[in-house]
Amino acid sequence: MMIRDVLTETYAALSGNKARSGLTMLGIVIGISSVIALVGVGQGATSSVTSSIANLGTNLLTISPGASRNAGPVSGGFGSATTLTQADATAIKSEISDVSAVAVELSRRYQVTYKGNNTNTQVIGTEASYAGIRNVTLSTGAFITDQQNKDYAKVAVIGPTVRDDLFGVDADAIGMTIKINKIQFKVIGVTASKGGSGFNNTDQYIYVPVSSAQRFLAGKTSISSIDVQAANQKVMSTAKQEITTLLLSRHNITDSTSADFTVVNQADLASSLSSVSSTLTLLLGAIAGISLLVGGIGIMNMMLTSVTERTREIGLRKAIGAKSGDISFQFLTEAVTLTFVGGIVGVLLGWGVAVGLTMAGIITATVTWTSVWLAFGVSALVGIIFGYYPARRAAKLKPIEALKYE
Amino acid sequence: MKNIINCSTVTKTFTTGDVATTVLKGLTFTIKEGEFVAIIGPSGSGKSTLMHILGALDSPTTGKYELDGHDVSKLSDNELAEVRGRKIGFVFQSFNLLPRVSVERNVQLPLLYTNTPIAERQKRTHAALRNAGMDASHDHHRSNQLSGGQMQRVAIARALVNDPSLILADEPTGNLDQKTGQIVLETFQKLNNEGRTIVLITHDQYVAAHANRIIRILDGNIVEDRANDSHHPSMKGIDA
Repeated sequence: MMIRDVLTETYAALSGNKARSGLTMLGIVIGISSVIALVGVGQGATSSVTSSIANLGTNLLTISPGASRNAGPVSGGFGSATTLTQADATAIKSEISDVSAVAVELSRRYQVTYKGNNTNTQVIGTEASYAGIRNVTLSTGAFITDQQNKDYAKVAVIGPTVRDDLFGVDADAIGMTIKINKIQFKVIGVTASKGGSGFNNTDQYIYVPVSSAQRFLAGKTSISSIDVQAANQKVMSTAKQEITTLLLSRHNITDSTSADFTVVNQADLASSLSSVSSTLTLLLGAIAGISLLVGGIGIMNMMLTSVTERTREIGLRKAIGAKSGDISFQFLTEAVTLTFVGGIVGVLLGWGVAVGLTMAGIITATVTWTSVWLAFGVSALVGIIFGYYPARRAAKLKPIEALKYE
Repeated sequence: MKNIINCSTVTKTFTTGDVATTVLKGLTFTIKEGEFVAIIGPSGSGKSTLMHILGALDSPTTGKYELDGHDVSKLSDNELAEVRGRKIGFVFQSFNLLPRVSVERNVQLPLLYTNTPIAERQKRTHAALRNAGMDASHDHHRSNQLSGGQMQRVAIARALVNDPSLILADEPTGNLDQKTGQIVLETFQKLNNEGRTIVLITHDQYVAAHANRIIRILDGNIVEDRANDSHHPSMKGIDA
């Protein structure tokens, strides 16, 4: 039998009962489109986690005061200790070769006001190198300089959300004076928006020179953390080890388990978070896969019904010269055609849902070619697997009995 | 004239559980090219089983069956299908046309399984339809839009399309009224006059009387094999 004939026969058979073919196909459409859309949502979540981690800085090690483990029965709470000093930061920068930049941070939430408007937000006292380490870019103005740090300058770089809250959306804030904890600071720059959300939203931050933060806001010389940028990805763990050794000796601690600081590798955080969202993707994909399986069983059910209904037709075809192979190939082609066409519609629908979700701003869903091809492959495979048994049954029919079938 | 059918001591035994039933008890006969033979017998006589064997739908239990010079008694299922496709044209009592499919496509169906080139299909299809007495105005009608007599003539065209050695008709007038039945029988006579070998299986004396030779079967044995000249004095190729 020629391929062309098989396809014509398939078209005739499937279009002969449009409602049933359509409904059976719907099962596959729903299965495939949910695979595409849900895996898209999962992958979107993964890439948004990865990119927001990257926004925090590349090759970043963060040193925080306080121990993360074995701190004794009473923990002071993460970040509450004040064991880190500016001198520690200077030592790291000068003594460890794998480090390319160091910036100290003194962060706390303050009430910030401009005329009648006020907001409560995170104020980060830091130094010039911070911008490079944390990927902070400015939309207008300039970041804090080392000179301003030396001068205890009362200047502030504000995030776009802060600007919108205090001055109005997209207002020109440069040169304005805001009050942080009732102390006047002059706005010298506005950072570019990074998006982000929740506690990671850097658009809500205000940056001031660390010296000013210590003198005018916190009233103490301690710092709340040190950001270290390693020279490259490869030396991250070496750098982490060297910093730990250096700080232990500077703090006169011999037992590393009782360290009064913690070094966190940003890459570790990124990989553990993205493994969480990969698991999520897998879970969503598995749920969608189940609906695809159900769709496949629908195909098998329809094909079995069709074989029973067309018993006489099968008998006739065999009587006029069709071999078992011709019959099973014809029924298999019908099943695969159903799943394949269903797969195409499903991919388009799933893609549409993903684009719709993204445009509606509910969640960013990314549809990759991999998942599209995978869905096509799976749908064709479903057709072959679930079409095989009915096709075999049709092929095995004896022409005499099939012709007598009422 | 060469032998189209050559049966020697053909038996067929069906076994259900421990019970073996012998339906055909050693039939020996030949049918020559160009004959129009009616195989007649009451139900249960074994004529349907004989038709299945003659049509290569089934194999005999013992004995030998040669169709157009080829021994088909020991062929595999796929080889039997090949023989059916090329050597035999079936005409059934219930027509067995594909519904919702055009007359043309119904007639073309056997050509699909013999890989006939597309260009030749149309030519053969139209020739077969005209030969079976269908005019061109019905070619694109759906088969379920036709009358019973037309349907059976489409089925005859389908049987002719592969130019078979043998046309095997099983109660072809069973579902038709007498008048349309008569037209169908006349179609067979016309085809026979053109040289076609036709074997017609029936229980009906009147239908059998249209053939040139009548083989009567009872309880799995041939009880009568005679020439029939009541309708057709001009007989051809009778094995007296």
